[in-house]
This record gives sequence, C-alpha cells and structure tokens, in this order.
Amino acid sequence: MNNYKKNLLKKRYNAERRFQWYGKIAIGLALTFLAVFMFQIFSKGYSAFQKTWIVTEVHYDKELLLIDAESPSKDDLENADYYDVAYKAMTSLDPGLPEEEDRQLIQMVSYKYETEVKDLLLKNPDFLGKIVPIKLTASDDVDQVHKGNYPRDIPEKNRRVNDYQLQIYDMLNERGDILSEFNISFFTSPDSREAELAGIASSFMGTVFSILVCLAFSFPIAVLAAIYLEEFAPKNKFTDFIEVNINNLAAVPSIVFGLLGLGILLAVFNLPRSTPLVGGITLSLMTLPTIIIAARASLKAVPPSIREAALAMGASNMQTTMHHTVPLSMPGTLSGTIIGLAQALGETAPLILIGMVAFVNTIPGTPVDPAASLPVQIYIWSESAERGFVEKVSACIMVLLAFLILMNLAAQIVRHKFEKKWS
Amino acid sequence: MNLILVTFIILLAFTSYYFGRKKALVIQSSQRLTALPKFYGYYLAAWCAAPALIIFVLWSVFEPSIVKTFILQDYTDQNLTKNELQLIYTKVKALAVGTYTGNITNFLDESANKYIQLKGIANSAKVAIILAILIFSLSFAYRSVQKNNRMREPVEIFLKWVLFVASLGAVLVTIGIIFSLLFEAIRFFQAVKIFDFIFGTHWYPAKTFVRDGQPDPELMKDAFGAVPLFAGTFFIAFIAMCVAIPIGLLSGIYLSEYAGRGVRKYAKPIIEILAGIPTVVYGFFAALTVGPFVKEIGNAMGLEVSSESALAAGAVMGVMIIPFISSLSDDVITAVPQNLRDGSYAMGATKSETVKKVIFPAALPGIVGSILLAVSRAVGETMIVVMASGLAANLTMNPLESTSTITAQIVVILIGDQQFGDPKTQSAFALGISLFIVTLFLNVIALSVVKRYREKYE
Repeated sequence: MNNYKKNLLKKRYNAERRFQWYGKIAIGLALTFLAVFMFQIFSKGYSAFQKTWIVTEVHYDKELLLIDAESPSKDDLENADYYDVAYKAMTSLDPGLPEEEDRQLIQMVSYKYETEVKDLLLKNPDFLGKIVPIKLTASDDVDQVHKGNYPRDIPEKNRRVNDYQLQIYDMLNERGDILSEFNISFFTSPDSREAELAGIASSFMGTVFSILVCLAFSFPIAVLAAIYLEEFAPKNKFTDFIEVNINNLAAVPSIVFGLLGLGILLAVFNLPRSTPLVGGITLSLMTLPTIIIAARASLKAVPPSIREAALAMGASNMQTTMHHTVPLSMPGTLSGTIIGLAQALGETAPLILIGMVAFVNTIPGTPVDPAASLPVQIYIWSESAERGFVEKVSACIMVLLAFLILMNLAAQIVRHKFEKKWS
Repeated sequence: MNLILVTFIILLAFTSYYFGRKKALVIQSSQRLTALPKFYGYYLAAWCAAPALIIFVLWSVFEPSIVKTFILQDYTDQNLTKNELQLIYTKVKALAVGTYTGNITNFLDESANKYIQLKGIANSAKVAIILAILIFSLSFAYRSVQKNNRMREPVEIFLKWVLFVASLGAVLVTIGIIFSLLFEAIRFFQAVKIFDFIFGTHWYPAKTFVRDGQPDPELMKDAFGAVPLFAGTFFIAFIAMCVAIPIGLLSGIYLSEYAGRGVRKYAKPIIEILAGIPTVVYGFFAALTVGPFVKEIGNAMGLEVSSESALAAGAVMGVMIIPFISSLSDDVITAVPQNLRDGSYAMGATKSETVKKVIFPAALPGIVGSILLAVSRAVGETMIVVMASGLAANLTMNPLESTSTITAQIVVILIGDQQFGDPKTQSAFALGISLFIVTLFLNVIALSVVKRYREKYE
C-alpha cells in the first residue's frame, strides 16, 4: 500500500472516530442538561421541607388577656385579647430593648404569631395564668438565614435582616431556641402572601380536581371514538377527515385551547371562572387526541385472529368488539390515558387564560370553587421575588415532578403487567 | 334543577334496564327468546335515556337565545346598536339574579320581571315535555319487549351511533377552536385594519386603553402591528433549533446506529425525560439560572445583556425540544431498510460514511418532517417565553436583548380580568388565530412529509 492510500485510510478512520465522538458528546450534553437541571431544583428546594421555629416563653396573664371570669369558658378564651400577651412573648427575648425598636423583634416571626399564641391556649386551656414555652413560626428572612441561604456578609443596608436581628438570632441559636422541623404546613396550608406561611394545599386540590374532571370528560369520549374509528368506521372521505383532524389537534399549541376555554366555556356557556371544572374541561379537550391515538394503537395491536375466532363462534361485530377486542386493548389504552393526564398535569398556559391564576387562600372543596393548580402555583410564586419563594417554587416543582414520575411509572406498570404479548 | 333532571333520567334508565330484563326473564321461563334477556334491558334503557337527554341538550342550547329575543323585543323601537342591546340584556339578567349594582330604571325592572317569568315558564315547560317524552318512549319500548322481537340489532345500531357521535368530538373541538378564535378576531379586524396588524411594526396595545368612549383611531392604527411578535417568535424558535437540531440529530444518529443495546435501553428514556418536564419548570429554570448566567458571561465579555434575553429563553426551549428531534430521527433512521446499509458496507464505506452519504439522504424527508414538528412546537411554546424572555415587543435581531412572542403577548393581555369587547382583548384572539394558522401549516406539511416517507419504505 502506498503512502497516499495509507494516509487516506487514516483520515477516514479518524473521521469515523470523530463522528462517533460527536454523537457521544451530543448525548452527554443532553444528559448533562438534565443533571444540572435536577441538581439546581433539588439543591434549591430541599430546604423548603424544613420549617424554622423560634422558641420563646409566653405568659398567659389573665389581666393582659382581659379575661374577667373566674373559670373562663371556651368562648371567653376565644374572644380574649391576645395582642399584649403575644407581644410580650416576643419582646421578652430582649428586655433591654427600647420600646420604639420593638418592631425589629416582632419582624422576626410571621405576622400570624398572635394566632399561634391563641391556638396554643385554646388547645391547652389549663395554661391560663402560667408561663409556658411556645414555638412561633420564624419569618421567611430568619428562616432563610437559618438555612444558610442568605448571605450575612453584605452591607447592612442591603440586607433584609439587620445586625440587631442577626445578633438576636445568634443568641437564640446558641441557646438552642431555633428549631428546624419537617414542614407539614407546606402540604396542609393554602397559598399566602408570606413565604413562611405559604403552602401547596389549595393548588394541590385544584390540580386533583382538574385532573379528575379531565379524566371524566376525555376518557369515555376518547375510548368510544377510538373504537368507532378502528373497528366500525367505513373507509371514506369523512372518516379520513376525522383522522386528519385528530392528528392535527394533537399538535395544536396548548395556549390555543386556553383561548377556546375562554371564548366558549366562559363567555358562551358562562361556567364559573377560575375553577377546576373549566380548567379540567379545557385540559380534557387537549388530552382527547392523545388518548384517541393511544387507544387506536392498542386496538390495532390486538391480532385479527381474536376477532375471527369470536366471529366464527357467532358473535356479532359489536359483541366481538365489546367482549374481546376492547378488554384486550385496555392496558395500552389505560397507559396512554395516564400519559395524557400526566401531560395535562404539567400544563400551565391554558389554565392561566381561564383565570386559575387568581390568588386563592382557601382550600377548594369542590370542582366549582376557585383554585390554582400546581404548575400555575409555580408560575405565581416565581413571579414573587422574595428568597423564601424561590425555595418554595423549587419544592413545588419537586412535588410536581414526583407526581409525574409516579404517573409515568403507573403507566409502565399497567402496560407491562397486564398487556398480553402476541407473537 | 338541571342536575336533578339529568340524574332522574339516568336513574330511570337504570331501573328500566332492570324491568326490561325482568319482563324478558318472565317470558323466557315459558318460551324461547330471540335475544339474551339483557338486550331487552338495554333496549328499554336506551329508549328511556336517549330521547329525553337529546331534547334536554337541545332545549338547554336554544333556551337562552329564545328568552333573549323575547326580552329584547321591547327595545326594538329604540334604535339601539347590537352592543347596546347586549349591554341591556346583561343588565336585565344581573338584575333578575340580584347581582346588579347600577341604578334601576322602571323599564329595566319590568324587563327583569319578564325575564324571571319567562325563565319560570321555560323551566316548567322543559320538565313537563321531558316527562311526557319519558312516559311515551318508555311505554312504547316496554310494549315492544316481546318474544318475537329481535332486540340485539336495534341495541347494537344504537351503540354504533353512540360511538359515531363520540368520534365527532374531535371535529367538534376543532370547530370550537376555529369559531372561538374567528368570532373575536373578526371583531378585532373591524376596529383595526388587517393590513396594519400584519405589517405594522409597533406592538403596544396598552396605549389604546381609554377609560371612557372610543380610543383614537390614529392610536389604534399604530398600536397593533404584529411584526415584532412574529419576528420575536421565529427568532426565539430559531435559537431553540440551533441548540436542538445538532444535539438532537447527532444523539438520534448515535442511538440508532452506534449505541449498544444497553446504552440505548437507558439513554433513550432518560433523554425523553426532558420532554416530560412541564414547561413552567423550564421557564423557572430559564428565568432563575440560565438568564443570570448568560448575563454574567456577557458582562464578563463586555457585552450589554438584558437579564431577560432571547438567548436564554431560546436555549432552554432548545433543550426541551432535543428529545422530539432525537426520538423522531431515531425512528426514521431505524426505518431505513437494512439493505441500503449492507450495500454501502459492501463497497468498503465506514460506518460514518454510510450514515452521512447513504442513510442521512435516505432518511432526510423524515428528518425534515420531525424538525418541522419541532419548530411548530417551539412556535407554540408559552411558559418559557413568558417567564424568561421579555414582555415588551422589541423588533430586534440581537439575541442578547429581550423580545416577545405571540404566545407571551396572549398571556400578558389575557392574564387577570378580561373585558370582552375591548380591542386589546380581541387582539389576543387575532394573535391566537395567526398562531393556529402557522402551527397548522407546519403540522400539515410535516405530517404529509413523514407519511409519504413511511410509505416509501413499507
């Protein structure tokens, strides 16, 4: 072999190797994006599952509570004035502080601290007249300082926590009076303007209701439509038209469905705004083509021998379909449905258009109560600048992703466990 | 009220199934039937539910407009425009339900009373008619439960009709989309010339907001030019494709031609996770991590970078689209017949030469189709742009500045309370219809290209 050919061969082999590397790099990049992304979310969000408390002592002084009765009833406790008692509980942390500076201490706990003082007494009426320790929700600034998310070395005037508050925080922390516990209220309380009190209960229920409504509307219609198109439809222009229609509908941007919901469900049918009912119907229109396509594919996968056997036994077309083909196709249909619902679960834009973006601080009990949904909650919170909300958004994303993973796993299990392999 | 009626009809259908079956069983105990007893039950249930529900739906659809015509008859002599009539009707309705807050004129009060009266009549008439239909159809059906009547066929024909109607659902959704968009968009184009919308270069709808009366037509002419939005949309989609096409295509090729079974089994589903992450999550990521990162790098290189740059939004969108391109191109490459590969290897070509010179050209139509689908996806993407790119519509080709897109503007306009009848709100629907047309166009081309490609190798 002469030198020229040798060189050429070497060049070609190098090109081969380079090309393989391009592919590896491309896959590596895609995987790196995913890893960076997950790392960002988890490293920012895991601390939201911890809640910071400040422990102090409260004296349930009858005089300050303005309770006159000798043995006060539940109503007396309910109507007592907790302002001074709660105030004293906080200011007792630093008795030397001049009165006009008190706000600095009060700002270290959430603005609902008075309610927390009240709730403790209502739960334990025998605390009346006694001095007892109490846990108060720390404000989001103190919370972030405690979790180490807040830089302490920037100049005081740029900080939301001033030097005095940091000093008190350090003192409490040394005494062990700053507690960190699992944040149950993140899951049980509705949205709030204050980061330390905000939870996902309202948006979670909103999501559950919308998904149920979506399932109730889209699943029956989609399965029936798929059965018709796959088993009964004559081959003509009209069924071709329906088919093209479904394929195109599956690729229409989701925001257009939001416009449909706004222009028809709200404006023409006058359904209640901001509710999971309207949200669910809008989402169901979106999932309809997805489920139809999945159901058709799994109907198609049932081998013709099943149909022929049933027909040979004298079953009618409808009986063959309903007794044999459809039950056999159900695993595939169901897993397609779950995947469609998982897509709907992450959808945000159409829900914003139908008004599910309103601030809701109650937990919805029915599909016709105003609600947000998890993805919309992510959007709402990420528009709020406070540091505490960044952590909440990441935690909310983790909950949402956990849900999606669960649903996709369910789809896999349904498919692999119940689907018959024909071969 | 409506709920009770529907529940009643459905409950009645269930009971009639039971009675139909029972009657058939009684007959069966002495004589042979021509169908299974349950078909007699189904037959009765179908006759019970279907006519009543159809009438119910038709009634509910037409009742409001009929009531409206009756109410507005009193106003025909006042020479009012359509919008004014609509306003009066809204007021009358609000007054009748007790949510009206303006001052009440005698005329309005009279109309509200008439409205309540009409609604009452309509409701009782509805109940009466539906009950009559129920009784009639049930008695007819019950009488036909006899031994010689073949019951399976009518039940199956009925079921087939139900299936057919369900399959019309998808068509109905499309019609709904087109109507809801067209209806508002046409009203928008009555206020703003279609020419000004398509070729205008200033998008600033907030300018047209006037508290009372009509906005200045000169202002309107200059406020709804959608060119910056079209340009921004395609610009961001272009950036996204610059990220997604090389990475997606190369990983698709690697997965289908080079990767061993083990790599393929794990890498493919993991890359597809990227497609399953909700877009709002990407938006948060783009706004909080990528945007500031791009800005920092740009500033370090001495460039002026907006913190909401088109580059950040486009790049993140590109990452989202990678799996679309990689999966679809993986599929089309795998579909290329093996004998093309074998022929190339037999000539002494290396694997990469085969891929570049034989497989890629053969798979090109399919790949182009999948890229077009991905572009349509990028054009319709909303949340990433809303959260990571700007909301002000700049006409710019600088990826470091902020731009806005069609979808982002729709959200900006419609978030919060909307005032129907306002050109600003209507403009969102005009944008929606242009988005719908663009994506439909892309999809139709892509689907037909892919379809033709599939047929070629099957």
